[in-house]
Amino acid sequence: MANVLQGVGAATALSATKSIDSRKFHLPSRRSLSERKGSFLVVRSDGRRIQGSRARRAEQLITSAVATKADSSAASTASKPGHELLLFEALREGLEEEMDRDPHVCVMGEDVGHYGGSYKVTRGLADKYGDLRVLDTPIAENSFTGMGIGAAMTGLRPIVEGMNMGFLLLAFNQISNNCGMLHYTSGGQFKIPIVIRGPGGVGRQLGAEHSQRLESYFQSIPGIQMVACSTPYNAKGLMKAAIRSENPVILFEHVLLYNLKERIPDEEYICSLEEAEMVRPGEHVTILTYSRMRYHVMQAAKTLVNKGYDPEVIDIRSLKPFDLYTIGNSVKKTHRVLIVEECMRTGGIGASLTAAITENFHDYLDAPVVCLSSQDVPTPYAGTLEEWTVVQPAQIVTAVEKLCQ
Amino acid sequence: MALSHLASSSSRSNLLKPLSALSLRRPISSAAADDSRTITIETSVPFTAHQCDAPSRSVDTNPKELLSFFRDMATMRRMEIAADSLYKAKLIRGFCHLYDGQEAVAVGMEAAITKKDSIITAYRDHCTFLGRGGTLLEIFSELMGRQAGCSRGKGGSMHFYKKEAGFFGGHGIVGAQVPLGCGLAFAQKYSKDGTVSFALYGDGAANQGQLFEALNISALWDLPAILVCENNHYGMGTAEWRAAKSPSYYKRGDYVPGLKVDGMDVLAVKQACKFAKEHALKNGPIILEMDTYRYHGHSMSDPGSTYRTRDEITGVRQERDPVERVRKLVLSHDLATEKELKDMEKEIRKQVDEAIAQAKESPMPDPSELFTNVYAKGYGVEAFGADRKEVRAVLP
Repeated sequence: MANVLQGVGAATALSATKSIDSRKFHLPSRRSLSERKGSFLVVRSDGRRIQGSRARRAEQLITSAVATKADSSAASTASKPGHELLLFEALREGLEEEMDRDPHVCVMGEDVGHYGGSYKVTRGLADKYGDLRVLDTPIAENSFTGMGIGAAMTGLRPIVEGMNMGFLLLAFNQISNNCGMLHYTSGGQFKIPIVIRGPGGVGRQLGAEHSQRLESYFQSIPGIQMVACSTPYNAKGLMKAAIRSENPVILFEHVLLYNLKERIPDEEYICSLEEAEMVRPGEHVTILTYSRMRYHVMQAAKTLVNKGYDPEVIDIRSLKPFDLYTIGNSVKKTHRVLIVEECMRTGGIGASLTAAITENFHDYLDAPVVCLSSQDVPTPYAGTLEEWTVVQPAQIVTAVEKLCQ
Repeated sequence: MALSHLASSSSRSNLLKPLSALSLRRPISSAAADDSRTITIETSVPFTAHQCDAPSRSVDTNPKELLSFFRDMATMRRMEIAADSLYKAKLIRGFCHLYDGQEAVAVGMEAAITKKDSIITAYRDHCTFLGRGGTLLEIFSELMGRQAGCSRGKGGSMHFYKKEAGFFGGHGIVGAQVPLGCGLAFAQKYSKDGTVSFALYGDGAANQGQLFEALNISALWDLPAILVCENNHYGMGTAEWRAAKSPSYYKRGDYVPGLKVDGMDVLAVKQACKFAKEHALKNGPIILEMDTYRYHGHSMSDPGSTYRTRDEITGVRQERDPVERVRKLVLSHDLATEKELKDMEKEIRKQVDEAIAQAKESPMPDPSELFTNVYAKGYGVEAFGADRKEVRAVLP
C-alpha cells in the first residue's frame, strides 16, 4: 500500500504523485529561486506503520537532507540560507521551539510519547521533556480532549493530537461545547488556548473511516479557529502561531503531505493564523484551495499556463475565519473564482466559501463561483475508485477553461 | 429505594447528646471568646469505604463554623426558593435546576478546602457558586440575563463561573464536566501547587463512559482528582435502580478507592472532603458518593412528583433536612437561641429580596455584547445580523 516515489521528473500513473517543486510558486521576495537543482520532492504515502526497510530509508533521507545534502549539489544548496526538512519535521521543530519557550506547553495524545508519534511529529520530545509534558493517553478521545480543555482553563497550553482527525468525532461534544463556547458562556473569564491537531484527508486507500475531512463538521462551531497547513514553511509557522494564540485552534494536517521537503529559514518566524497565502499571482481566474489540493491545483496550473491561461492561486490556509481581504482583492482583480477543495460537496468548506464570496463580492463576479469538491460518498478502498472521489488536475483544467470562456 | 435510607438514619440520639459542659445560654454576639472552642460531634451515619480506610465518625467543629453553616445553608435555601418564584413569574427562563435539599454538600465541601482548590460541577450550580464566594446579586442577575450577572448575562443558569475563586462551572451536557475536572487536576499536578480538584456529577451522569475514561487516566497519571457523585437517587425522571445495574456509585471506580457519605449531614461531608483531599494529594483519585436528596423536581419544568411520591419528599424533609439538622445542633449546644436563628433567617430573607430588587434594575446586555467574547483576540472579522443590515460588528 505504501509507495515511495522520489526524484525529479518521476512520472507515474497516479497523477498526484508527480514531483513538484513546492518553492517554485512562492512569491519571489521570500527566497531566492535561482538554484532549483538538487531539491526534490518526496511524496510518500504511508499507512500508520512504517515497515522496517523504509523506516531506515527515512532515516537516511532525513540525515542526508540536513547534513550531507551538499554532496549531491555541492555549491548550490550549501550557499542558500535556511535548512531543508520534511513537513513532519517542520511541525516538530515548531512544537519544540514553543515547548522550549513556554513551560506551560504540553502535548497529549495516543502514542505521542514513547512511540514518537504515529507520524513521527513528536519523536524525541518525550525523552527531552519527560512524561509530564509529553503524555501518552489511553484510547479515550472524549475524555483526554476534555482534560486538555480543563487544563487550558487554568492556563496550561496543551496540544491535543488526534491520531487521525476522524477519531476526534468522538470528542465532538468537548470540542463544540466546552472548547468553543466556554469563553463566551463564562463572560470572558476563561480562555482556552488549546491546539487540536492531527492528520486528516484522503490518503492512499486507507478506507472510509480513516479518510475523513473534519473541517466541514467543525466549521460551524463558534469560538474556534481552523487552519490547514500545506508546506513545511507554513506548517511550522502555523503550529507556532496556534500555540501562541489565546483561542482554541484546530490545525488540520494531511496524511499525504507529511513527507514534503522544503527549505525553511533558520531564524524564528510565525505565520498569521488568519491570512491566506498567495501561491501564484495571476490575472485570469482566482483559484482558492487549501491543503493537499494545492498541489493538484499547481499541477493543473502548469498545464493551464501552457495553454495560455494565467491563474491566480491562493492557498486560503485559514478555514475559519476566511481571509476575505486577500480573497476579495483577488476577486476584484480577476472576476472569476474557482474553489478546489477536498471536502465533500455538501456542507464543506467550499460551500461556505462560495456563499461568503457571493454575498460579499457579487458585483465583482463575471461568472458564478465554481466549486470543485470531493464526491458525497464514503471513500472507497479500491485505488481507482478512490482517485475519482477527489478532484484531479485534469478536472481543474477543464473547469478553468469553461470558466474563462 | 430512597426510603431505605430513612430507616438507617433514625439513630439521631448521638446528635442530641450535648458534649460541651457549658450550658449557659449566651447570645451569639457575646460568644466571641468561645467561638473557636472545639466541639466534637459524631456523624449520624458511619462512612462506608471501598478500597480504603474510612475516616473517623467524630468531626471537630466550633461554634463559629456551625453558625456559619446554618447561615450559608439557610441563604442557599432561601435563594433557591426565591428562584422558584422568579421562574414562575417568567423572569427566569429556559432551564432552572434547583439545589434545595442538597445544600449540605456545597457547604460541607467549602469548609474542608481553600479557594485555591478547584470545583467543577454540572448544571445544578447556583449554591456551589454561592459557596465559592459568589454574591446573590451576581446569581440573580445572571438568572435573569442581566449585565450584572457573573457571566454578563450570556451564560444563564447552567453557566456560572468564578475563575478567581476556583469555580469552573456550570456545564449543561451531562458528564462532560468530569474530564474537564480531571484536566484541572492535571494542571494542578503540572504546576505542583498542592491543590486538588473536585469534579461533581450526579447519579445520572455516573453512567457516562467519559467518566470512566477520565478516571482511568487520572488513576494512571496519579492526578489529585476527587470525583464526587451527588446521588439524589433520580436522574431527572428515572430512579437510580432503573438506570444503574450497580447503584453503589462509590464502588464503581473498581481500582479507585471510594467513600459513601451521608450527604444531608454537613459535618460528614466536611470530614469526607478533608479526608479525600489528603488522600488525593498522596494517592491519586478517589470517589465520594454523597447520599443526598433534592426537594424540587429535576428542573422547574419537572413537577417532581410523577416518579416519586409526595410522602417520600415530605418524609425526607422531616427526617433528614440538612438545615434543620444544623439548627438542632446549634440549639442543643446552646450556641444561639431559637429567636436568634429566626432573626437570622429573616435577615437572610431580606438580603435575598434586596438582591433580587437590585438585580431587576440591572440592564439587559447591550446588543453589541452579542459579538463580544467569541474569540479572545480580535482580528477585524465582520459579523452581521441575519439581514446583514441591522446588527453589524467587528468580532473582538
